[in-house]
Amino acid sequence: MPVDCLSVKKVSFRYNSVEVLSDISFSAVCGDYIGLVGPNGSGKTTLIKTILNLAKPSGGEVTLFGKNPAILNEWHRVGYLPQRIASLNPFFPATVDEIVALGLISRRKLSTPIFRSDKEAVERALKLMDIDDIKGNLIGALSGGQQQRVLLARAIVNEPDLLILDEPTTALDPETRDNFFHFLQELNWEKKMTIILVTHDIGSVGKYASKLLYLDKRIIFFGSFNEFCLSEDMSSYFGEFSQHLICHRHDYKRIG
Amino acid sequence: MEFTDFLKYGFIQRALVAGVFIALLCSTLGVLLLLRRLSLIGDGLAHVTFGSVALGLLLRQNPVFVSIPVVMLGSLAILKLAERARVYGDAAIGMISALGIAVGVLLASSAGGFNIDLFSYLFGNILSISESEVITSIVLSITVLITISVFYDEFLSASFDEEFAKASGINTEKINTILALLTSVTVVLTMKVVGIMLTSALLIMPAVTALQIARGFKRTMLFASSTAIVSVVAGTVISLVVNLPTGAVIVMLNFIMFMLAFSYKISFSAIRRNTE
Repeated sequence: MPVDCLSVKKVSFRYNSVEVLSDISFSAVCGDYIGLVGPNGSGKTTLIKTILNLAKPSGGEVTLFGKNPAILNEWHRVGYLPQRIASLNPFFPATVDEIVALGLISRRKLSTPIFRSDKEAVERALKLMDIDDIKGNLIGALSGGQQQRVLLARAIVNEPDLLILDEPTTALDPETRDNFFHFLQELNWEKKMTIILVTHDIGSVGKYASKLLYLDKRIIFFGSFNEFCLSEDMSSYFGEFSQHLICHRHDYKRIG
Repeated sequence: MEFTDFLKYGFIQRALVAGVFIALLCSTLGVLLLLRRLSLIGDGLAHVTFGSVALGLLLRQNPVFVSIPVVMLGSLAILKLAERARVYGDAAIGMISALGIAVGVLLASSAGGFNIDLFSYLFGNILSISESEVITSIVLSITVLITISVFYDEFLSASFDEEFAKASGINTEKINTILALLTSVTVVLTMKVVGIMLTSALLIMPAVTALQIARGFKRTMLFASSTAIVSVVAGTVISLVVNLPTGAVIVMLNFIMFMLAFSYKISFSAIRRNTE
């Protein structure tokens, strides 16, 4: 029987009396790959922050693995790749392996000794992301694509059950972006990792994600990509031409 | 006079022992402050120390012991102003810093009689450090260094990416409070070495020097510690030999080491570019 990794019930969020999120309800079954899309200012990042207990919702309830995030102590089951790679301090003196090891903090209690299993987990994540040859390099000396791989390695070093990525491909060139999407699909298929991917690229995410959540302060659509393409409601929301473009691009790419 | 001859004097032994511990403390904490972009909190709290030293002198108590709780309160006030009153961090530091100096000036001018003592705290006098202050310095330095090592991963994670740290279940508000309290203790201990005016130099300069050439976070801390210890030991000895103020000599040595590290970095980068 499918188990919910994440459940969001009637969540709303207000900032200085401005409504940012309204009556959001959906759930992610373990193993889902959800593409979270929507225009600028639609509340995508705010929704992610309420899920991760980084922002307190004005109303409603979020549960992660059946628990309120405020009392969750199993943060190692959640991997997170934040949005702001551009604000990364280029002079930060940490090496790639030191940054990846930071992902283990949620599993370790304070600065307990680093066990062999911790080192092995870091090595595995470095190899998986194909960055083991640069593990001694300073993070600031890497290209945008390499930095993104390092941060993804940090997010997956605990082999989390749920991986949340906030616009991870913004700073990447098209080829690196496609590779990145392929890699996420492998994590979803092979490691059975539940993925929530925030992106503007609705066409690309439709190619990989099992479900699409279209947000514009409220949920406009939540379902499979095929349902999205067949939905008459979406035709009236986007206009038939735009819907056709998104879905055509999706089919075209899949066949290609 | 030989270096070993210097070591026969008790006041020099005390100065060097306390100096090494405080240098270690300042440089380790300095790296964390610098990377959290909180370098100026050291400067602000040093100014609060001016007020607390005046209070200590007025109450005829040891200014170090009076200053530790007062400066800790000052650091918490900076954090709370920034969190609750929505004052920008640098503005909060500026406000509390100015308040500290104003209180110091008011106490000094109204009580009178201890302006000369207050002046010695402004520019430091490591050679006048007492035995009880040496013991306090060692105990507090070890306490602060143990705290840093216990929360090392949390400090590193919050310094690199605060949002990720929070999403990893780290209480970053608690980490900020611990860092501010550790800085308070460090600033009070450091005023004896280089004086209130130059305290922030010993927090910032070794860290900035280390960042020029060290690779990796732990190596940066080690390099900053070595730089700070060399500057304090050499600065103390040189100031004795040439009869100059110790605090100023220590700061000048730190600047020279920064210039050497910076020149090395520039030359190394040029050589690497040419070989590629």
